Amino acid sequence: MAIEISFGQYLPLNSSIHRLDPRIKLIATFISIIFIFIIKDFLGYALLACFLLGLIILSKVPPLYIFRGLRPLLFFILLTFFLHLFTTQGTVIFQWWFLKGTMEGLRNGLLMVSRFMLLISFSTLLTLTCSPLELTDALESLLSPLKRIGFPSHEIAMMMSIALRFIPVLVEETNRIIKAQVARGADIESGGILNRAKNLIPILVPLFINTFKRADDLALAMEVRCYRGGEGRTKMKEYTLSHRDYLFLFISIIVGILSVLI
Amino acid sequence: MPSLIELRDVWYQYNPNSPLSYWALKGINLKIERGEFISIIGPTGSGKSTLIQHFNGLLKPTKGEVIVDGIEISKTKDLKSIRKKVGMVFQYPETQIFSETIYDELAFGLRNYGYSEDEIREKVEEVTKKLGIDYIPLDKSPFLLSGGEMRRIAIASILAMEPEVFVLDEPLANLDPKGRKELLKEIDYLNRKESLTVIIVSHDLSEVSRYADRIIVLFDGTIIMDGSPREIFKNVEKLLEISLGVPQIVELLYTLHKKGADIPYNILNIDEAVKTIVKWRKSLGNRDKLRTISTS
Repeated sequence: MAIEISFGQYLPLNSSIHRLDPRIKLIATFISIIFIFIIKDFLGYALLACFLLGLIILSKVPPLYIFRGLRPLLFFILLTFFLHLFTTQGTVIFQWWFLKGTMEGLRNGLLMVSRFMLLISFSTLLTLTCSPLELTDALESLLSPLKRIGFPSHEIAMMMSIALRFIPVLVEETNRIIKAQVARGADIESGGILNRAKNLIPILVPLFINTFKRADDLALAMEVRCYRGGEGRTKMKEYTLSHRDYLFLFISIIVGILSVLI
Repeated sequence: MPSLIELRDVWYQYNPNSPLSYWALKGINLKIERGEFISIIGPTGSGKSTLIQHFNGLLKPTKGEVIVDGIEISKTKDLKSIRKKVGMVFQYPETQIFSETIYDELAFGLRNYGYSEDEIREKVEEVTKKLGIDYIPLDKSPFLLSGGEMRRIAIASILAMEPEVFVLDEPLANLDPKGRKELLKEIDYLNRKESLTVIIVSHDLSEVSRYADRIIVLFDGTIIMDGSPREIFKNVEKLLEISLGVPQIVELLYTLHKKGADIPYNILNIDEAVKTIVKWRKSLGNRDKLRTISTS
């Protein structure tokens, strides 16, 4: 009945990975993702997987959380695997009805699966170890050179951080409204599609009304405190790069290059 | 006849199997009988809201049993009929309003339980009279009402379902003093005249102690006090320690008591307090003794 979200969830732990500069973590994740797309061999993926495992251990995040990030996309991953298995031309290893599984298909499929799993795991680790606020701060700081060509990097970052900030609030609100309507005998889990859609009205209407009210209040509160965009705005927390940050970035790049070369 | 609601060693854990897990309820034993007016009091985070959500099966205990009118909620498939018996008003219930007209809002619960339109009309009109909102036209949009009126409509929509137990989570929050008094009076009337079992959750004793005949104090997921207001007020010190507000009049008499006045402080209303103080003042007689108290 209740909604749970694990994607984009932050786990506030105290580990050496959590303490890294968020900008570095963002860049390192970005670099890893690029390398994941360049790599064409299992050995490279194995090396990256080992690197990821090391990071997970260092971050003290229970591995279960990484798995939870994978779960919603499991169907998609499997679908890709079978598509590759059956549509690639090459040596046929087995045949079932009209579907022909080929050796090359199996290889391609497994490569795609490793690619997806690593991709999701790296980004899940990023969101687990960086709070939404840190992430948007990092993004703003990394995009700020684009300000010169008129790109509203602060406004984009502010919108992102507000959106992220309100996800848990809205989830909580939704759960509360669901409970309140269920307590009035509403049935949200059974019935046909049409009935179910109809049963959503008592949940969606209050949710929209409350969300608009909230947005109104927030805009007012920001205006009252003289918010007028990023012009001349300073940060409470300035990020400074330490040796550890440079070291981490260096290791990430080395691991990436190594995994492409082997 | 079994108790209306019985909890046997109920434990509840949020976010199980994760680093963010914690126990919100730690071994609650509780029996609620028909016709009682109970107030559940506790500071923020003491588990009040978690506790009441067990009464109608919105939450199921991690460990232990919850039995409503002889039915164990973890085992039954028919939670819907339990939710009719235990009417629950959440915090800020006006935020759950969604219908185009007040009539539809009040009829929502009744329609879910398959009453005929004739019965529904009858029950809706009855409940508006009970809560003193029959002056509002039923075909008006509920979103045009004032906050206090919207709160009453939301409360009435639960009451229209004629529950046996009426559970209200902080029903007085954000209401003006007049609104608070009226709402409490109406609920008290329903409890007395229609023997509706009432459970009100609050973090302030002064609001409800005048009406409740039993107070349950919750702290850190356990029941630390359970008794009549008079019994509860004997432990003013403990109540203040866990940052619960007690009625000012009790606090005043307690302060006098601490300063050496030989008076009881577990009193319930102003009349009683006045009598207590007058009696004590007369018993003192000589002025010197009074001075020692007022200056110390």
